[in-house]
Amino acid sequence: MSEKELGQKWDRCLADCAVKFGTGLGLGIVFSVVFFKRRTWPIVFGTGLGLGMAYSNCQNDLRSRYVLHSKYFSFEQKLEAFASS
Amino acid sequence: CCSACEIMICLFVSLQQCVWGKVKAHPLQHCRRYTTAGDSGSNAGKIVAASLLTVGGGLGSTILYAKWDPKFRANIEKSVPYSDQLFEMALGPPPPPLVPLQKKPVRVTITFTFPLSVFDACLHKDHHEPALKERPAEEVSARLAQQDKVEQDALAALTAGLEESLGSSAKTTLQAIGAQEAVLTAIATHTNKLKEAMDSQTPPDEKSTQWKALNEALSDRTRAMEEAEEALLKAKGELEILRGVINSAKQSKIDAARPQILAAEENLHSMIVDLDKVVTKVQTAQTEAKIMSQYSELVNEAKAQFQQELANITPEIQANWKGLSGKLSADDLNSLIAHAHRRIDQLNRELAEQRVREQIHIEVALEQQKLEDQKALERAVASALEHRREDMRLEQEKKVQEVREVMEAEMRTQLRRQAAAHTDHLRDVLKVQEQELHEEIMNSKMMEQETHYRRLTQEQLDTFTLDMNAAYARLKGIEEAIDSHVIAEEEARKAHQLWLSVEALNYTLKSAGADSPTEPLEGAVGVIKENCAENEFAQALASALPEESLSRGIYGEASLRARFYDIRRLARRVALIDETRNSLYQYFLSYLQSILLFEREQVAPPAKLAPEDLDTFRLLAYATYSIERGDLELAAKFVNQLRGASQRVAQDWLKEARLTLETKQVISLLLAYANAVGLGTTQAP
Repeated sequence: MSEKELGQKWDRCLADCAVKFGTGLGLGIVFSVVFFKRRTWPIVFGTGLGLGMAYSNCQNDLRSRYVLHSKYFSFEQKLEAFASS
Repeated sequence: CCSACEIMICLFVSLQQCVWGKVKAHPLQHCRRYTTAGDSGSNAGKIVAASLLTVGGGLGSTILYAKWDPKFRANIEKSVPYSDQLFEMALGPPPPPLVPLQKKPVRVTITFTFPLSVFDACLHKDHHEPALKERPAEEVSARLAQQDKVEQDALAALTAGLEESLGSSAKTTLQAIGAQEAVLTAIATHTNKLKEAMDSQTPPDEKSTQWKALNEALSDRTRAMEEAEEALLKAKGELEILRGVINSAKQSKIDAARPQILAAEENLHSMIVDLDKVVTKVQTAQTEAKIMSQYSELVNEAKAQFQQELANITPEIQANWKGLSGKLSADDLNSLIAHAHRRIDQLNRELAEQRVREQIHIEVALEQQKLEDQKALERAVASALEHRREDMRLEQEKKVQEVREVMEAEMRTQLRRQAAAHTDHLRDVLKVQEQELHEEIMNSKMMEQETHYRRLTQEQLDTFTLDMNAAYARLKGIEEAIDSHVIAEEEARKAHQLWLSVEALNYTLKSAGADSPTEPLEGAVGVIKENCAENEFAQALASALPEESLSRGIYGEASLRARFYDIRRLARRVALIDETRNSLYQYFLSYLQSILLFEREQVAPPAKLAPEDLDTFRLLAYATYSIERGDLELAAKFVNQLRGASQRVAQDWLKEARLTLETKQVISLLLAYANAVGLGTTQAP
């Protein structure tokens, strides 16, 4: 059903967002603790990174219908195909 | 591209500010006491400088990039006014756009039309070929006469040319022969004079006249030889011309000129032969004269030597000692006699030596003579061979000519015989035809009576046939009436069957549940197809039902209605999304719009749609109105006008609606048809 498609996409989006947010947060905490002397900014950075990726994925997914896929033809090839047909 | 500019500018500014900010921080902290007054001034100056630098940098980088990328330049020119003038000032005129590939189709069309035209030409050519026919006889004879005249003219020209060249060459040859004979006589006189001069019997005063005459003869001889050379060259030239004329005459291939050509060739040959003979005679005379002159030289030499010796012995005595025999003294005489004796002895010795060497000299001389004779013989043999060859060739040509004439005469007699045979045959055939024509005229009178009898019998037959046909037609009519009655009953039965099966199909439609489709319509349609195999219209309609409805069944109107409301909600939510706007932010905006927009749920659709009616929300309102009134078709039409994400969302519903509508349409058609057929076949009681 085409009307269910949008709902499915949103579900995927949210799930993805949660996963990325958690992962970003976790990695940020790890980096902050291990390399950066317990500063806040790696955590924030990691979370932001995760959210950003989730946002980008969501947008791509929602947009996937409208992306154009093109192929380059040479004019001669087209003409040959036309002439031989 | 604009955003790229903005981004660049922003970066630049932030960079500037960063740098300036960093530099500013520390000096401010150190020098706050001293430079409070000048700070704001320098600050303002710095700001102005920074902004100027930024603007200049932005402009410069834009111009540089435009120089490198013509598309960027075109974009800027489009969006920023007066930028095209700036670019033209800085960079020059814009590069021309790439020429589109228009040439290929033209070439293709040309190649396509060319074979057609060739084909055309071929067809037309074939048309004209059968139009050739035989030339009429007068034209043929005219052409033959023309050809004969042409031949005659050519022949006359040829003979004239031949005669002319023959005459001129004969004249020059005669001249040359005369000159050569003059040379012969001159040489003979010269030799005679020389012999006489050599002979010492004549008295002295005559000797001088003799010597003078000899000189004259010598000069005569040389003159005559020169003249003879000239005449010979001229004659040879003329002969060559004559040969050339004969060859061209031979190439023109006119038969009648052959004997003349042959005669000319013979003349040429004889002239050449005569000329050669005379030349050989002159050459022999010349060799003889050479011998004579050598002999005279020797004699002169001996005389001079003797005179010299005598002068040595008796110096006081002058020439011609014969007349002085009385004046000589005894001593002189003695010495003279002694000298004479000595001379005689010497001469005897020389003679003996000479006799001894005689043999050898003779052999050597013989050898030389043999060689010279050999050479002369070879030359003579070669020239004689040439002459013989020429003779034989001429004879052969003469023989060929004779044989050809004989053959021509024979061919003429044969042709005459054939013509005579042909005329005889024609005469016989004409006679036979005459007789046949006679007989036909006799028979025609009997034929008239026969035709009259035949006509009468034919009339009788015709009337009889007409009666028979009428009876037969009536019989046929009766039979057909009975048959059609049977057919009509058959038709009625079939119509009844059709109507029953269509009703069954209609009933299956009612089996649709709330959310599930009907049963597959295959069964009912199969029944229709089986029972009404002869009915083409029903068959066509039965096969026009869509595949889905046959295999899966269709949804009922109620379920479609329920589903429509879901669709409507979703479509309102994604109303703003289409190909150009599809980022997450747009989704958010679209949701916001659907929440904040207040409108009526159902709006009556107008009779005609205007462009502003194509808005998603209006369309959905119209569709809701139609569907509430039970008009699924109109609702589907409105939903079809949706665009963008809304369209995508409503796609499946629309498909189902289409399916249902199609099936219902076909079934209603079938029902109408079955009713009509039933009505048609009912018989009035």
